[in-house]
Amino acid sequence: MPILPLHYMFLSLTLFCIGIMGVLIRRNAIIIFMCVELMLNAVNLLMVAFSKMYVDAGAQVFVFFIMVVAAAEVAVGLAVIVMMYRKVHSVDVNILNRLKH
Amino acid sequence: MGIYDIAFWILTVIAIGCALGVILSRNPINSVLFLIATFFAISGHYLLLNAQFLAIVNIIVYAGAIMVLFLFVIMLMNLNADVEPQKGRLVQLAGVVSGGALLLVLLAALRTAKYPTLESTPNEIGLIQNLGKVLFTQYVLPFEISSVLFLSAMIGAIVIGKKEDSTHSA
Repeated sequence: MPILPLHYMFLSLTLFCIGIMGVLIRRNAIIIFMCVELMLNAVNLLMVAFSKMYVDAGAQVFVFFIMVVAAAEVAVGLAVIVMMYRKVHSVDVNILNRLKH
Repeated sequence: MGIYDIAFWILTVIAIGCALGVILSRNPINSVLFLIATFFAISGHYLLLNAQFLAIVNIIVYAGAIMVLFLFVIMLMNLNADVEPQKGRLVQLAGVVSGGALLLVLLAALRTAKYPTLESTPNEIGLIQNLGKVLFTQYVLPFEISSVLFLSAMIGAIVIGKKEDSTHSA
């Protein structure tokens, strides 16, 4: 069975949905953050597959930019998580429910 | 079934298995290690897709820099104990069902789509020479803007992460 573009699409969709499940079922803020990274990587994989399909370098440049945004996001996000840990001594996202009260 | 197909399936199994390990393992350190393994599998896929430069950059930036940052934060905050409280069974089930439903809908919608076939001949577009030309001619403005983004992210991380000044505390 030859490898079709659909195989790459299914693989990247599976990784993306695993990331979504992780965001939904975990309470640790760091794990949730890692699942966001997983989703970004799933999108990157699909972009590279499209770049191969259409023989276009633009998609790979966009993967490069997605990596840039992910790196910037991790820097700010981990700083926020560290600050949250300093305030409430936990990274449990269920504690952050002050808007509810 | 050629070597390409075998490599594809092995890398696919590694990627999906390790991604499941990320969300299922109790210990955050194990999650980080599983995520690094997933990134390596994805880099292998990039190599199969003739994106050599992105494969290397993926390993250096993600596995080398971002995940080390995660490991540092986990170890600094001493979170490697298995003390994370779990969500309720019902909430977990709802999360899995909604994620699975989304996967099902997307797969069903894209199953019959028509795509051009993957070019089996190796091409040169993934090499750094070609990518650099495209990046610095066609995409030079986004490249410069991303440097501003990095600068602001750096300043933002420092401002957020620094200790609060006790004399100016509100």
